[in-house]
Amino acid sequence: MSKEWPLWEVFIRSQHGLAHKHVGSVHAPDSEMAINNARDVYTRRNEGVSIWVVKAADITASSPTDKGPLFEPANSKVYRHPTFFPMPEEVKNL
Amino acid sequence: MATETSEANARFECLLRQGDSTLILAQRLAEWCGKAPALEEDIALANVALDLIGQARLWLAYAGETEGAGRGEDDLAYLRDAHDFRNLLLVEQPNGNYADTIVRQFFFDAWHYPTLQALSQSADERIAGIAAKAVKEVAYHLRRSGDLVVRMGDGTAESHAKAQAAADRLWMYTGEMFERDGVDAAMIAQGVTRDAAALREPWLAHVREGFVEATLTLAAPDAWMQTGGRHGRHTENLGYILAEMQFLQRAYPGAQW
Repeated sequence: MSKEWPLWEVFIRSQHGLAHKHVGSVHAPDSEMAINNARDVYTRRNEGVSIWVVKAADITASSPTDKGPLFEPANSKVYRHPTFFPMPEEVKNL
Repeated sequence: MATETSEANARFECLLRQGDSTLILAQRLAEWCGKAPALEEDIALANVALDLIGQARLWLAYAGETEGAGRGEDDLAYLRDAHDFRNLLLVEQPNGNYADTIVRQFFFDAWHYPTLQALSQSADERIAGIAAKAVKEVAYHLRRSGDLVVRMGDGTAESHAKAQAAADRLWMYTGEMFERDGVDAAMIAQGVTRDAAALREPWLAHVREGFVEATLTLAAPDAWMQTGGRHGRHTENLGYILAEMQFLQRAYPGAQW
């Protein structure tokens, strides 16, 4: 049995209306303590209104070697990018 | 020790008792900084210490104003000797192992929280304001220390043994939290504070509940209790704490940075 506590990825929502954003990770034996630890490590300066924690082992990530097949096709299709529409300046966080 | 005192003096004593307990416990917790068993615990304990220092500043600043002798929070923190400190004996007890620190914290938090709740109803608006601000911080302290006591008590055989030893060793320092003397009586009469004795049963119930979940055994509530901290009679530990905490202001009086 490993003596290290498992790793948890921490997501903080900085204000209402925004999405949770990945801010880092903490070690903790379970999710409840992961929330406490995340609160202590990442919200000391009033950064958040909500915390999510997810076991790092439960995250499935894309492989860096798949970069070509996954992302390059989108690059060559200019019609997929909404660059022809000017966004009003008042719209933030888009 | 004489406790027949003027009203202002009673209020001064009452504020020192709150301020000194938070200050000394903060100093104790800060000793863990950089040395706690996990990075997350290290930061969490430092957070609690900083909360308590913030509270100590508010209490001691008001104490200085109440005294009216021109002493500020720093004068009271750094230029008094051990017999002038009014903190609970519990908070000056050594950090020991991590179970000693957490059980000490749980005993204190379980008292601190209802104490601040009562003080937030104080007839003294300044005291009520400080307590109302502090009680939110302490609600989290209690949640955290209560959680860790359960994890240690109901953890491995070793963590259980250490938590039980800590509880047994610290038990005799818990009686002081519920004492009442002349200072308290004067402040209760004016609606500044509530009778701490009334907090004892709820405190016992809270601690007992935590201990049941933690599979720890609570010592006899009527066991012999230490006393004296609130009157300036301390264990030898306080002198060492002050030696470290006050060194700079003693060696370089008036130093600022």
